[in-house]
Amino acid sequence: MIAFLIKRLMHAVLVMFVISVLAFAIQDNLGDPIQQMVGQSVPESEREALRERLGLNDSFLVQYGRFAKNAVQGDFGYSYFYREPALGVIARHLPATLELVFAATLIIVLLSVPIGVYSAIKPRAVLSRFFMGASIIGISIPVFLTAIVLIQIFSIGITVSLFPESTGWGAWLNGLLSTQGNMPSFGRGYDLVHVVGHWDTNMASWDGLKHLVLPAISLASIMLPLFIRLIRAEMMEVLQSEYVKYARAKGISMRRVYFVHALKNTMLPVITVGGVQIGTMVAYTILTETVFQWPGMGLMFLDAINRADIPLIVAYLMIVGVIFVVTNTIVDLIYGFVNPTVKLTGKPA
Amino acid sequence: MTLKKTLLASIIGATVAGSALLPLTASAEALRIGYSADPETLDIHEQLSGGMLRFSHLAFDPLVRWTKDFDFEPRLATEWEQTDDTHIRMTLREGVTFHSGNPFTAKDVVWTIERLQESPDYKAIFEPIASAEAIDDYTVEITTTEPYPLMLNLATYIFPMDSEFYTGETDSGNDKAEIVKAGNSFASRNVSGTGPFRLTDRRQGVRVDFERFEDYWDTETEGNVSSIVLTPISENASRVAALLSGGVDFIDAVPPNDLERIRESGDVELIEVPGTRIIGFQLNQEKVEAFQDVRVRQAVDLAINQEGIADRLMRGFATPAGQFSPEGYSGHNPDLVPRYDLERAQELMAEAGYEDGFTVDMIAPNNRYVNDAQIAQAVANMLSRINIKVNLRTMPLAQYWPEYDTRQSDIAMLGWHSDTEDSANFFQYLSFCIDDETGAGQYNYGNYCNEEIDALVTEADSVTDLERRNEMLREAEAMLYEDVGFVMLHWQNLAYAAANGVDIEPVVNAIDFPYLGDLVINR
Repeated sequence: MIAFLIKRLMHAVLVMFVISVLAFAIQDNLGDPIQQMVGQSVPESEREALRERLGLNDSFLVQYGRFAKNAVQGDFGYSYFYREPALGVIARHLPATLELVFAATLIIVLLSVPIGVYSAIKPRAVLSRFFMGASIIGISIPVFLTAIVLIQIFSIGITVSLFPESTGWGAWLNGLLSTQGNMPSFGRGYDLVHVVGHWDTNMASWDGLKHLVLPAISLASIMLPLFIRLIRAEMMEVLQSEYVKYARAKGISMRRVYFVHALKNTMLPVITVGGVQIGTMVAYTILTETVFQWPGMGLMFLDAINRADIPLIVAYLMIVGVIFVVTNTIVDLIYGFVNPTVKLTGKPA
Repeated sequence: MTLKKTLLASIIGATVAGSALLPLTASAEALRIGYSADPETLDIHEQLSGGMLRFSHLAFDPLVRWTKDFDFEPRLATEWEQTDDTHIRMTLREGVTFHSGNPFTAKDVVWTIERLQESPDYKAIFEPIASAEAIDDYTVEITTTEPYPLMLNLATYIFPMDSEFYTGETDSGNDKAEIVKAGNSFASRNVSGTGPFRLTDRRQGVRVDFERFEDYWDTETEGNVSSIVLTPISENASRVAALLSGGVDFIDAVPPNDLERIRESGDVELIEVPGTRIIGFQLNQEKVEAFQDVRVRQAVDLAINQEGIADRLMRGFATPAGQFSPEGYSGHNPDLVPRYDLERAQELMAEAGYEDGFTVDMIAPNNRYVNDAQIAQAVANMLSRINIKVNLRTMPLAQYWPEYDTRQSDIAMLGWHSDTEDSANFFQYLSFCIDDETGAGQYNYGNYCNEEIDALVTEADSVTDLERRNEMLREAEAMLYEDVGFVMLHWQNLAYAAANGVDIEPVVNAIDFPYLGDLVINR
C-alpha cells in the first residue's frame, strides 16, 4: 500500500514535469501577453522594456530553468492578469469547480444507477426504450447547447402560444408548456456561506443551491447517458451469469438478487470508468463554467488563454495533471477495497 | 441662553423639515451590471483600456468630460482659459473631497499629471505637456511644449488622484505611488478618488462592488443609484441571458445576433449609439508591388460594398465609412462617403495592367471586433470579383497581434479608436510614413507613405485656431480618400441594453464610458 502510494506520487511528479515542459514549449504559440497589458498607442520601446522585465526575451532553457527552480520551491509563477501567485489564483477558483463537479456527480449517481438497473431488468419496457433513446440524444448534444437551452427555459422563460388561446384547453396547454423562468443564469450568487480558507460554499443556502442547479445539470448531461448505458450493459451481462441463475434457482428474492448480488458486481467496471470520467469532467467544466459565468478554474483557464496569461496556463495544466493522477489513485484504492483479489503493488499473488 | 435655544430649535426644525422632504426625491436604487470585462487593476494609470476608463468614471472624476455631442462638460475643472499659445489656466471646483476624506486641491491635479507622464500607457499621449503648476489651491496652470490645440481632450484623461493617500511607503517598503504593470503595487489594490462611487469589495474576474459616496460633490445630479455590483460576463450569449432573466439590470456590448431579440422583448430596452472605432483593411505595399499603384488601391476600395456589409452582415449595427473621422470629430468631412462601383473597379484593375488579378494573403482576428472573421470573409469574396484571390487566415486576438507585428501578410484587418477622440490621431498611427524614431505610423501595416498628408496633419496639430485646424484635417481626410491610404469599412456601433425603468439613454455615449453617477432608475 505505502509502496503503491509512493509510486503514484512519483507518477504525479513525472506528469507535472512533462506537462510543464510541453506547456513551455508551446508558449510562443499562445500569443503575446504584452499586447494585452498595454494600451494601443504604447511605443515599441516601452513594450520591449516590459518584455525584458518579465523575462520573455530569454531563451527557452533559461526561462524553463528559472521556472523549474522556483517550482520546486512551490512557486509556480505570477499571473499577469491577477497580479498574484498563480497557485493562489487556482486555489481561489478550485472550490467553485469542485462543488460543481461534486453536484454533477451526485446527479449522475442518483439517476444513472436506478435508471440503468431498471432498463437492464426490464429491457423491453416502454420506459426503458425511452431512456435508451433519450440517452442517445443526450450523448450527442454538446454541453454548451444544453446549457443555453436550460437557461432559455428555466432562467428567461418561454411563452408558448401554439394552441388557440381562446379555447379553454388551448390556454391550458399553452400555460402548461410555458415557463416562468426565475432560475439564476450566471455566477454563484451573493449568498455564499464561508467554510474555511478560500472555500465559500453554494450548498448551505437556498440561493446558493438555486445557482448551482442549472450548471450542475448541464455538466451532468454529458456523463449521465454514458453511465446509464454502461450500468445497463454491465448489469445485463451479470444477469446472464451462472451465479445469478444459481441464486434465483435457490429461491432468493429477486430484489436481493438484483440489488445485492448483481449490482455489486456491476459496479466494478463502473467505478473504473467513473474515476477516469470525473477527471474528464474537470476539463468539461471549461465549457459549462463559461456559459454560466461560474467563477471556477475552467472559466479562469479560458480567460487566461484569451489573455495569454502564460504562468497561469502552465500552472493550471500542471494542477489538472495532478488531479488526474489523484483521482486515478483513489479509484485504484477503492477498486482494491471493493474487490480484494486485486493487488495494488502488482506483486504476484 | 434663549438665543441659543432658539438657534437649536430652528436647527432641529430644519433637520426635521429636511428629512420630511426626502421621500419626494427618487428612491435609492441598487444597480447590477453585466459588463463584458471588469477593470484589470485599480491603478487607473497602469493600463489605458476601455475597462479602466469606465472604472475611472465610477471611482474618480475627470477635470472635464465629453458630452454626447463631443462638447466638453466641466467636472472638477469649472473654468479654463488659454492665456497664451502654450499656457492654459484651469479653475478647480471647491469643496470636493476624496473617498479617504482628504480635500481636493490643485496639488492633486499637479501630482496626477506628473504621474501620468510616468505611466507607460499615457506617457505618449501626455508628451505635449511640459509642466503643471499649482497657482493657488484652486488654480492650475498647464504649460505645453508647443502650441497645442487638444489640451481639453487630454483633460478628459486627467482623473485627479488623492496625492496624500498615494504618497508614502507601504509596510514592505515600496513607494505607494509607483506604477507597476502586472505587478502587485499599492495603487493596484487601493483606491481613493473623488468619484460618485466608492469601491467596497473586489474579487477580480468575479465581481466588483461599489457604494455611492455619501460626500459626493455633485449634489445637483438626479442620479439615484445607491450601490453597484459589477459582474464581468465575457460570453455574449450568457450576458444577454443574464439581462433577459433579470439577473442583471444593465449590459454592454450586445452582440448583433441578439439585437432583434432584445428589441422585441418587452422587459428590456436597447440603446444603440454610433461608435467611433473605425474598422478597415491595410494593404501591404512592401509585400505586394501592385498595391503601390494607386489605381489598384482604388480598385480594392471600389470593389468593397461597405453599405452591403453594414446592412446585411452587421444588420445595421455599423455606419459605413469613407474616412477615419466619425461624425462629431473635428476632421469629419461629410463629402467622403463609400463609393462601391464594381465596374469602375474592374476598369481600374485593367488600366493598371492587373486584369487577370493576383493572389494575396489576408489576416484578420476572430474575436476582437464585431463579426470580424465574417467581415474578412465577405471582403475576400468581394475582391475575387476583381480577380484578386484572397487566402484568408483568421485567428484569436492573442495570436493576432504577434502575427500583425511581423507584417508578413499582404492584407491585414485593423480597428482603431482615437485615444484623443480627435482626427489627427488616426493619421499619426495608421497612415503616417513609418518613423521608428518618433513612433509615427506605428500601426501602418502597409508601409503607406504620403508626405503631403503627413505635413498637413502635423501642421494642423499646432494650430490653436480650431476652425482653421478642422478645415485642414478635413482636407487631409479628402487627400487620403483619393489616395486610399487605408481601406475604410465602417464604424462599429455600440449597443447597450437595460431593464425597463433603468434609464440609460442619457448616460451612455459614443465614447463607451457610461456616466453611471447620473443614472436614474425608476422601477
